[in-house]
Amino acid sequence: MPIRKLSAQRLWLLAAYTAAAALLFCAPLMLSDFRLNLLAKFLAYAIVALGLDLIWGYTGILSLGHGVFFGLGGYAMAMYLKMDASGGKLPDFMDWSGLTKLPWFWKPFESLPFAIAAGILLPALLALILGFFTFRNRIRGVYFTILTQALVIITTTLFIGQQAYTGGTNGLTGYSKLFGFSLGSPETKRWLYWVTVALLIGAFLLCRFLVKSRFGKVLRAIRDGENRARFIGYNPAIYQMVAFSFSAGLAGLAGMLFVLHVGIISPSMMGIVPSIEMVLWVAIGGRGTLAGAVIGAVLLNYAKSTFSESYPNIWILFMGALFVVVVVFLPKGAAGLFGQFKWLRRRKAADEGADGVRYPAV
Amino acid sequence: MDVIILQLFNGFSISSILLLIALGLSITFGLMKVINMAHGELIMIGAYTAYVVQNLFADYMPASMFGWYFALAIPVSFAVAFVFGLVLEMGLIRFLYGRPLDSLLATWGVGLMLQQLARSIFGAPNVGVKSPAWLDGGMTVGDNVFPYKRLFIIGLVLVCLLVMYLYIYRSHPGRRMRAVMQNREMAACLGISTRRVDATTFAIGSGIAGIAGCALTLIGPIGPTIGTYYIVDAFMVVVLGGVGKLVGTVFGALGIGLSNTLFEYWTTASLGKVLVFLCIVAFLQWKPSGFVAMRSRSLDN
Repeated sequence: MPIRKLSAQRLWLLAAYTAAAALLFCAPLMLSDFRLNLLAKFLAYAIVALGLDLIWGYTGILSLGHGVFFGLGGYAMAMYLKMDASGGKLPDFMDWSGLTKLPWFWKPFESLPFAIAAGILLPALLALILGFFTFRNRIRGVYFTILTQALVIITTTLFIGQQAYTGGTNGLTGYSKLFGFSLGSPETKRWLYWVTVALLIGAFLLCRFLVKSRFGKVLRAIRDGENRARFIGYNPAIYQMVAFSFSAGLAGLAGMLFVLHVGIISPSMMGIVPSIEMVLWVAIGGRGTLAGAVIGAVLLNYAKSTFSESYPNIWILFMGALFVVVVVFLPKGAAGLFGQFKWLRRRKAADEGADGVRYPAV
Repeated sequence: MDVIILQLFNGFSISSILLLIALGLSITFGLMKVINMAHGELIMIGAYTAYVVQNLFADYMPASMFGWYFALAIPVSFAVAFVFGLVLEMGLIRFLYGRPLDSLLATWGVGLMLQQLARSIFGAPNVGVKSPAWLDGGMTVGDNVFPYKRLFIIGLVLVCLLVMYLYIYRSHPGRRMRAVMQNREMAACLGISTRRVDATTFAIGSGIAGIAGCALTLIGPIGPTIGTYYIVDAFMVVVLGGVGKLVGTVFGALGIGLSNTLFEYWTTASLGKVLVFLCIVAFLQWKPSGFVAMRSRSLDN
């Protein structure tokens, strides 16, 4: 890639990103342990938002199934932790459900590398399979969205129903150690926080690279006119499958981090409501802008954890209203608002990728 | 053999409920291309309306009349849900035509608010609606007992289906509705007020959801989230059946209802759902746009 001259705008952007990253890395110095843990959870959510933005904001496919991918990642990590905590014995909930032997698919989760690989690859594979059977047949738009929602329902029913293998409604919990370090200690929490920040930045850069690359251009072409992209000679199904699968993998990664921060994963965290909330994060922050997705996820979750405990009823009303307001008045989210101001100041910005986003009527 | 007959009856019963819910969707989603996630909450509104009508009867009418509250509850549920739908269309949906995914998110928000509203008015716990005495008991055929309530719902669905068929295909407003949905500009040129047709169409779809809610009170207790339980299945009915024709919705409801019952009978409840989903995806491999597809030469629709 030729070295491009840094325009003032790019320089500002770079400075803002660096400052944000530095701030995130220094956060442990400023926040209490409790707040830090919350922030770590939000940043894990932000990784989901990145993946969701890639598929929705850039490819124009709305998935209401990311809770499942998030949950699968979470379960993979929780299975390892549970095996580790049981120390060679049968995990406690299996005992209660009357199992006498470890199910075969639990066996490999004794090893952490396998669990980590599975936490990313399983969701990605599931997404790839679903994508294969839908995008190839040009099942898209709302039909695809409804199918993903059905996927959420059957997965949660399955996880609740197969109590002996999955822990049922309670999910997997009751583990406290990773590599022998206590998950509850402030020291470990701080390290886990840094790992999360590093992974978020990594994911962000990877997504940014994808979006700016030729691949990302094709994704946007598919979003804006799938048939036109097809007529030019691209096979949209392949691109959609890859993007969907990549996005699911990111959700799985986030799920693993979530389990490490929170210490529990249960079917209620992968259900319909959390899945659609994930979409709201992206919608609020601004679809089609990666930074917007991250900011949306963190802000909305911050607001939720602040308000929902003291005023749960008002929070639900507020969230409902937020869906309506964002869709009707702010289709580009908060980033769109910001973009409008910038546009007033500097019309040239419009030809910079992220600001020139157009939304198709899907 | 008796077991099979009983399972089949259960299947038809579930299909009829799904169909009643999906009929409203087949109008709002199938004809208008609006994903109304608040459809479940319109069902809830219908159910609570039946509950209110029941309470009014219990308080102000002689006890001998109580059994007939249900006959009144059905039209009232329709009317209340109709009005809600009308308000929803005029206040929100009309800004979202042509943006189905956005309509999905916005109506989901509306649904959340309506649920919360129901929670603050009627309380979070489920409430029971006492079904009228004339629907207690069942019809005995051989060794099987078919509950009257289930039979009544099947009958109600058939009536709704017939009325909708007559309205859509055999009446003037129905013809206008089809004209607008098929070619909006041309219909407008011919002097049809497309705004008014949109509003009525959406309101009718909502009203049928109200009837569905009323019918659900016969089956079990009702709560603020009763709609979410059925809504995804109902959307699957429309996806499987294909959009634009009533026969597709009937097929989708029968397909999902029957296969659900049979798979759940053969395996377990949770595995049954998985198998049904796999069957739907497999079916869509064969017919990607559902059982009946409106043929069109247009590429992007």
